[in-house]
Amino acid sequence: MEPLTRVEGRAIPLGLKNVDTDIIIPAKWLKTISREGLGQGAFEALRAEPGNVIDDPAYAGANILIAGDNFGCGSSREHAAWALGDMGIRVVIAPSFSDIFSGNAVKNGMLPVVLPQGAVDRLLEVAREGLAISVDLEQQTVTTPYQDRFTFTLDPFRRDCLLGGLDEVGLTMARGEAIGGFEASRTAAQPWLMRGTAA
Amino acid sequence: MASRPRTLYEKIWDAHVVETRDDGTALVYIDRHLVHEVTSPQAFEALRIAGRPVRRPELTLAVPDHNLPTTPRLDSRGHPLPIADPESAAQLAALEVNAPAFGIRYIPATAKEQGIVHVVGPEQGFSLPGTTIVCGDSHTACHGGLGALAFGIGTSEVEHVLATQTLLLQQSKPMEVRVEGDLGPGVSAKDLILHIIGTIGAAGGSGYVIEYRGAVFARMSVEERLTVCNMSIEAGARAGLIAPDDTTFAYLKGRPMAPQGAEWDAAVAYWRSLHTDEGAVFAKSVVIDAAAVEPSVTWGTSPEDVVAIGGRVPFPEDFADESKRVAAQKSLDYMGLTPGTPMTEVPIENVFIGSCTNSRIEDLRAAAAILNGRRKADNVRWAIVVPGSGLVKAQAEDEGLDKVFIDAGFEWREPGCSACLGMNPDKVPAGERCASTSNRNFVGRQGPGARTHLVSPAMAAAAAVTGRLADVRTLV
Repeated sequence: MEPLTRVEGRAIPLGLKNVDTDIIIPAKWLKTISREGLGQGAFEALRAEPGNVIDDPAYAGANILIAGDNFGCGSSREHAAWALGDMGIRVVIAPSFSDIFSGNAVKNGMLPVVLPQGAVDRLLEVAREGLAISVDLEQQTVTTPYQDRFTFTLDPFRRDCLLGGLDEVGLTMARGEAIGGFEASRTAAQPWLMRGTAA
Repeated sequence: MASRPRTLYEKIWDAHVVETRDDGTALVYIDRHLVHEVTSPQAFEALRIAGRPVRRPELTLAVPDHNLPTTPRLDSRGHPLPIADPESAAQLAALEVNAPAFGIRYIPATAKEQGIVHVVGPEQGFSLPGTTIVCGDSHTACHGGLGALAFGIGTSEVEHVLATQTLLLQQSKPMEVRVEGDLGPGVSAKDLILHIIGTIGAAGGSGYVIEYRGAVFARMSVEERLTVCNMSIEAGARAGLIAPDDTTFAYLKGRPMAPQGAEWDAAVAYWRSLHTDEGAVFAKSVVIDAAAVEPSVTWGTSPEDVVAIGGRVPFPEDFADESKRVAAQKSLDYMGLTPGTPMTEVPIENVFIGSCTNSRIEDLRAAAAILNGRRKADNVRWAIVVPGSGLVKAQAEDEGLDKVFIDAGFEWREPGCSACLGMNPDKVPAGERCASTSNRNFVGRQGPGARTHLVSPAMAAAAAVTGRLADVRTLV
């Protein structure tokens, strides 16, 4: 996974609340067995509208997306994070995210930044001027050319994973002994829990 | 163990923490993992590339559901029919290869046990109280109806579970939705959960695990509890659960993968400890008056856009919050609805009875009870019933329900996710409405331009008969 420390660039001022994963990537795009190329299906219904914000040349090359409350609600499809990543998005800023989407984002080297609605409204204004926004994960700040400066928090484990580009599966496999100990005590005390399909 | 009073969620969580990192992230053991064809190919591929095995293959169960056509699967000689869509076929073939290659039990599309993962898990006794259950599908919350901590995960987490049988998680906060009093006649579990989502909002449970509490839930069957918990994700919650009780145990006893003999007794003794302690504290509490719940429908494109069937399409300007006013106007434009219209005057061209929310035997019985001796209205172009599993289908056929549906003008289909999300050929045409027993009314969910009204199975049947959204209580 590519480490993420600082992202600077134009931002797409989407602004909508409850942007669900069916809007981000409709079901027909989920038939792939690869993680690649989903950007072409991203926001398909929205992009069918003339003058939509996603395809507006003013935001060409944007690597930040700004949205409203509850971004990424709905399905658990990681395709939503893959599609945004394929569009070149590295940071999504919103007042809140769905739990599953924010986890999926981090696992794909994408930073979900939670800021209060007032701060998001201000960033939307700046983004609409086509100006670059700067997001610094080490400092945990979002800044604008107008000297706006907003700080955000992210749980330390997710922050470390993003900064280091860490592979969570590898990290956990290194804890195999602890997992084995847990399983052994489980098997002794509640063997039925460990049978699963072998019951 | 801890002497502090704990919620049900906290008890299950505590029992599964392998270790806690210095930064507060917990390594949580996963007891049961369900896999389907859509969110797993990239996970298996990653394991293959890294040369990683599946740690505990017997704790994962694989079932195809999302892509499968619901038309007959075998030809007249009993041979499997090919899948016309090449992408769907490739995804289904990948699961059929990946599961046995990694030692995972696979239920094929042609087996009578096949169905929607969230119907199959409880039905097979694979899903059990007090367990942690995950699946690359947000409606995994469903299994909370058995008193399990069940939640949806992304594909990277599917890979993580396959490789390590654990997940790295931050603990959610416990939330209580307490329902007081009784539901009125003709008001179902689906109406109640729609009403709850309408009350707390699509993000009202964000960051929380909801426990549904109150005598209403104790009186519910397991099928009804699964319906309620299923839609917890539509309120933004990570999971939803209901304490297991004798109803739960009676449902599970004798199921193929449930414990047996002395192990059954030990399991039940443990399950009886799984309830929220007196004095345990919830981080958030919402109280709902059951008597105020009416048969409910959605008018917009978020599951929080709920109104009682006796109500009207809302006026956007009536919403206090500016972003909600904007969203409501966009929803009404998409749905083609005029503010102030009585919901019972909204015409319906399609009816879908199915999905992990409402495709179990009780759901089919409830719909058939309304349809018995009646026929769908002429303006209802397409009406289908998609049972949640082959076993549900067989049970319904034993009870003669298939005949009731067919006589009423419905198509009787093979099990799968179907028109809930339209990944298979079952789609609602652009601009047409569907009274749907599924869980999401998102833009384009049932097909590009499709307009979804979420309802209960009985309300879907009422819509089919009258050709518009209708109050089922006028038909019983």
